Amino acid sequence: MIPNLLFDVFSFILLGSAAMVVTSRNPVHAVLFLILAFINAAALFLLAGAEFLAMILVIVYVGAVAVLFLFVVMMLDVNFAALREGFQRYAPIGALVALILFVELALFVTGSTIAPGAAAARLFPTPDTITNSQALGSLIYTNYLVLFQLSGVILLVAMIGAIVLTHRDRKRAKRQNLDVQHARVPAETLTMVSAKLGAGAPMPKPNKETL
Amino acid sequence: MLIPLSHYLFVAGLLLVIGVFGIFMNRKNIIIIMMSIELILLAANINFVAFSGALHDMVGQVFTMFVLTVAAAESAIGLAILVIYFRNRGSIEVEDVTLMKG
Repeated sequence: MIPNLLFDVFSFILLGSAAMVVTSRNPVHAVLFLILAFINAAALFLLAGAEFLAMILVIVYVGAVAVLFLFVVMMLDVNFAALREGFQRYAPIGALVALILFVELALFVTGSTIAPGAAAARLFPTPDTITNSQALGSLIYTNYLVLFQLSGVILLVAMIGAIVLTHRDRKRAKRQNLDVQHARVPAETLTMVSAKLGAGAPMPKPNKETL
Repeated sequence: MLIPLSHYLFVAGLLLVIGVFGIFMNRKNIIIIMMSIELILLAANINFVAFSGALHDMVGQVFTMFVLTVAAAESAIGLAILVIYFRNRGSIEVEDVTLMKG
């Protein structure tokens, strides 16, 4: 009874905040509603028994992806009001497509049942004796090791790609040039001047390197 | 599982529909379009986890993790492209994006 009530509450907030994501005027509000939607989805994951994924959802999505969105939205100086024109114009066709899609999905869900042989066809049944994190960990580190490593490679490629795309070479910034530093010899940089007492010596002309 | 599978499927279906609707409504704002894509992927993840719980099979959760990985990589690359596009053009209008081709 209590889980059903919790499910209703969380799914209601999830759908409401998802609707606010796509309709809110201010994109910063949209990102904040996206965070709320992710947190409620994590609660739904908990109700389905996937504790590890719920925590991953909070850490990865709320902690990383949503903050990345928030950062980009706040960094770009965009006139968001101009981007909203056409909102009314596309509403009827969007609502029509959404309605058709939902009716199809609802017909599919209500008209289908789980096949009787589904229980026998399971690949890795959920163990009852160990925790969810332990079961998932033992599965991805034994049976899905290659895919797990490949997903790490995907993240690495994404990281390198994002850095390469957004990195700007600043021409005016001072850089350390190791070759020039290593090629310096004392004869080029140091001159011994014997000055007469009380007369001083003329300053050596500044060369290009000292400037 | 305590909650029937069909409830999860209805919530995930509604979430997917909201995401598709968001793509239609915000035809110009690519940031909102990317958030709608995140919502659609979240709906797919809810389906995976719900079936995993209902069938007592761990593979659904493993695949959810892979979907999460790909979604995070996709949004990072997409936002990077958005930032350099904004730097070059000064706007993020989706209709001008065809100018990116060589």
